Amino acid sequence: MNSDCIVVMGSNMAECHPVAFQWVVEAQKRGGKLVHVDPRFTRTSALADLHIPLRAGSDIAFLGGLIRYVLENQRYFRDYVVKYTNAATIIDERFLDTEDLDGFFSGWNQDQGMYENRTWQYRGGSVWAAAGQRTAPAPQGDGVVVAGEVPFEDPSLEDPHCVFQLLRRHFSRYTEEMVERTCGVPAAQFRRVAELICDSSGPERSTCFVYAVGWTQHTVGVQYIRSAAILQLLLGNMGRPGGGILALRGHANIQGATDIATLFDVLPGYLPMPMASDSTDLDGFCLPHGGAAGGYWGNLKAYLVSLLKAYWGDAATPDNQFAFDHLPRLTGDHSTYQSTLGMVDGGVKGFFVLGENPAVGSAHGTLHRRGLRNLDWLVVRDLYEIETASFWYDSPEVAAGEVRSEEIGTEVFLLPAAAHTEKDGSFTNTQRLLQWHERAIDPAGDRRSDLWFAYWLGRRIREKLAGRHRDRDRPLLDLTWEYPLEGEQQEPKAEAVLREISGVAADGSPLPGLGALRDDGSTSSGAWIYCGAFAGGQNQAARRRPHWEQSWVAPEWGWAWPMNRRVLYNRASADPSGQPWSERKRYLAWDPEQGRWTGPDVPDFPVDRAPTYKPPPGASAENSLPGDRPFVMQADGRGWLFAPSGLLDGPLPTHYEPQESVTRNPLYEQEANPARQRFLRPDNPYHPTAGEEGADRFPFVMTTYRLTEHHTAGGMSRFLTRLSQLQPEMFCEVSPELAELRQLRPGGWATIVTERASIEARVLVTARVTPLRAQGRQVHQVGLPYHWGSRGLARGDSANDLFPLVLDPNVHIQEVKAGTCDIRPGRRADQAPS
Amino acid sequence: MGFFTDSSVCIGCKACEVACKEWNGVPDSKPAWSGNSYDNTLRLGADSWRHVAFVERVRQDDAAGMRWLMSSDVCKHCTRAACLEVCPTGAIFRSEFGTVVVQDDVCNGCGYCVVACPFGVIERREDDGRAFKCTLCYDRLKVGEQPACAKACPTASIQFGPVDELREAARTRLEQVRAQPGGEEARLYGADEADGVGGFGAFFLLLDRPEVYGLPPRPEYRRRDVVTMWGAASVAAWLLVGGLAGTLRWRR
Repeated sequence: MNSDCIVVMGSNMAECHPVAFQWVVEAQKRGGKLVHVDPRFTRTSALADLHIPLRAGSDIAFLGGLIRYVLENQRYFRDYVVKYTNAATIIDERFLDTEDLDGFFSGWNQDQGMYENRTWQYRGGSVWAAAGQRTAPAPQGDGVVVAGEVPFEDPSLEDPHCVFQLLRRHFSRYTEEMVERTCGVPAAQFRRVAELICDSSGPERSTCFVYAVGWTQHTVGVQYIRSAAILQLLLGNMGRPGGGILALRGHANIQGATDIATLFDVLPGYLPMPMASDSTDLDGFCLPHGGAAGGYWGNLKAYLVSLLKAYWGDAATPDNQFAFDHLPRLTGDHSTYQSTLGMVDGGVKGFFVLGENPAVGSAHGTLHRRGLRNLDWLVVRDLYEIETASFWYDSPEVAAGEVRSEEIGTEVFLLPAAAHTEKDGSFTNTQRLLQWHERAIDPAGDRRSDLWFAYWLGRRIREKLAGRHRDRDRPLLDLTWEYPLEGEQQEPKAEAVLREISGVAADGSPLPGLGALRDDGSTSSGAWIYCGAFAGGQNQAARRRPHWEQSWVAPEWGWAWPMNRRVLYNRASADPSGQPWSERKRYLAWDPEQGRWTGPDVPDFPVDRAPTYKPPPGASAENSLPGDRPFVMQADGRGWLFAPSGLLDGPLPTHYEPQESVTRNPLYEQEANPARQRFLRPDNPYHPTAGEEGADRFPFVMTTYRLTEHHTAGGMSRFLTRLSQLQPEMFCEVSPELAELRQLRPGGWATIVTERASIEARVLVTARVTPLRAQGRQVHQVGLPYHWGSRGLARGDSANDLFPLVLDPNVHIQEVKAGTCDIRPGRRADQAPS
Repeated sequence: MGFFTDSSVCIGCKACEVACKEWNGVPDSKPAWSGNSYDNTLRLGADSWRHVAFVERVRQDDAAGMRWLMSSDVCKHCTRAACLEVCPTGAIFRSEFGTVVVQDDVCNGCGYCVVACPFGVIERREDDGRAFKCTLCYDRLKVGEQPACAKACPTASIQFGPVDELREAARTRLEQVRAQPGGEEARLYGADEADGVGGFGAFFLLLDRPEVYGLPPRPEYRRRDVVTMWGAASVAAWLLVGGLAGTLRWRR
């Protein structure tokens, strides 16, 4: 709303986040510009000031072009860049770029298929990442562990080994011509975007980027976002009103689910999960992260001990390292697709599915359903009998006669779930804002909330284990599992859970915020970032003071983690001396008379931390950062243009082609991200990619997406008449040119073919999809909404069945936003002709 | 009270269609995929009181080329409402809010209103024969709430309020839209009291000519036609009666 320019890329915001999009419309009414970069002309493009179609899977080339434009035309925000980013930091001189090694960075180990990051480190010091891969690999550099000041820097940005110069070199070939060749975006269009973004950045203005799964669902997805981060840091758009990078989440509470740790490798609040291979004790585990590290991660032990106290209460004592050994240890990658393959191969015997429909929503649905057929038991909790529950009698495989129901041994427990209207709880949204909702009615019949299910399941398990004295049962038996129960259904009180997550002191009084957390066991908190959500014994998330009754930042609407802070890294909204960069973009400012920061938001650092503060020797955590370092989670307090650790596929983003592409990589012999996670097995075939024999069998690019009318894999929409009638059938979107090329009749049927599956769809011929010219050839793209399955009122084939399993190495997310396919007129072979 | 539908910020989410059906208990439409852009509702009718039109246009004169126009259509609640005038049972009345409402317990299903409406809005339900259309959520207005569609609209494309104020806001908005690239063809539709139906209680800001959205460019008040038809019918009836009488007399 406060942005002068909003770039939506890798997202169809108006379509998939219509409620949040109202603020984009508001920004436009205030004079802001909206740019939409997307393969298709969508509902978002319809309202955009500028729509730029590009080839699916080529975003890093486009963003890299923007980075180069900013660097070479001196459009970066120099004062910001020098002080607030690691542009001046000198990198180990052994570092070699992809430009030196034809698509690889230094440190590539071909046998292991992974990088060693020793040469990516700061000269004379190694540095822990604030996020990403924090357990493995650790920074492998030599010298000191950076906390606060870095060993070597060159504020003139001239040193050939400083990050700024490395960036320039790395992106030197991302010219307009290269963008045109790679993305299919004419140079003039690219320049319009570049100029608009640059004109809308700087001290007086701000630009924000918005992305969603259009960026993440790639084999190089994390680096897409890194590209935007680099661009926004160069333009000085982080930590300032109207700036930032907004990650739009796919459901109402995905952010909350991630915060409170549905991922296998993080504990609540993004604390790293210990590995089985770590032989360290609690101190050893926290030391590399905490002992010498700068920034707020230096308090890791306080956060972790408070979590252990929340889990195990009185059983967590200083003598047993606060039950640190009760935590499960990771033995490797246990991400969702590894679990799928574990089912197929027989290692995984049981499966809980809550609020998800992987038989439709996950890549390579055929493989997923094969996994389900191979389980001993399956629990599905949902509003309806979704495809993941019905796979044993209603699935494409059963319909085609490939498998017979009576031969499937999986015992399926389908349990009815309560809807959000039937339960209390909080939603955490994209902007880390917790908003409480009260139940309107009690769940009828056998429907129960997920909270009820988890609580009562835990009680039954604990009752079964009671009286046993095996070590392996202790973590369950020692759990704090007391919650007040309400009503006939004995529903645990959701507010009691929020209170526990927020945290309490030893005397049971609510904690005011994360600054109160201690590593001596005197505090407990279920997620350090949520600490203070129940400050003062009040449910802060339930606050609903309207925006017209408070400051424009509206701090009394809900509660944002951490510390009700609405803009992260907001120290960057002021210049190094603590004064606003401009009146127009005033946010926080240092008041020397009061000796504190003032402004409409909660500062990201101690409120009395003077801009001139220099850390005393031996200072740790946030106290190790000088007073002009806004990025308080980083060990050096600076925004990372160059990421020396935390990423498995390189310190800088590089354009790689998708696993399956219709064009060669224009930059390197190395086609795709070398570190991508592949599964080379007969049931997961990959297409030959451009230049390989047989690639012409799959000459078109395909990409998946959502429609406003449906909700992801359909569990919440395909079973409702009101929504189903709005988009009753699976369809594909093709350009008039492709329709002519393949004789696809508008309104008729088409079959989309890959090595994994063939699916049929109605044909929507539309000029909103246009063929692009890339690498000297015409690239046709096929658009595939992925909502449908065999169940519900609106039925159709599942687009995700077409895709293979191939993942981003950092976060194990599947590549379903760019692949190759063929498309032919008519229905699937096993259907009647139209 | 009325609607101002600002199509320049419509994102085609169809929340208005769903909210309307939910609140008013409008029967489900028969699901059918149309292949006509994202529009599977296709028109206003007895069972669809809000309808979002999707118009895909490739403009040769525009550098950007592609446009995707979306606009949520609804009963216009005409100042001179022919449907109301021709209704023989008084089922259609003008409410205290200035809106035009059908009382379904009075409607006898004669269908005169269907013929009279210049927009094809009001329609009889096949299964029970009575006529239905948008009530501008009469029940909600009576308790001080705004209509369901306006409440649900995420981008304030559908605005509800006193018509005078809405017209004022619309004129300001029009200036803003026309000043933007691609806004040259923008216009208000139904905001003019001098038009054929005396202005709409539910008017629009359109980005292109009304006929592009499937709306009549010059809607006309059709009571006269209907009354003429009705008059002709009654003359015929009287002639028939007279003829019968004459016949009877002759027989006598």
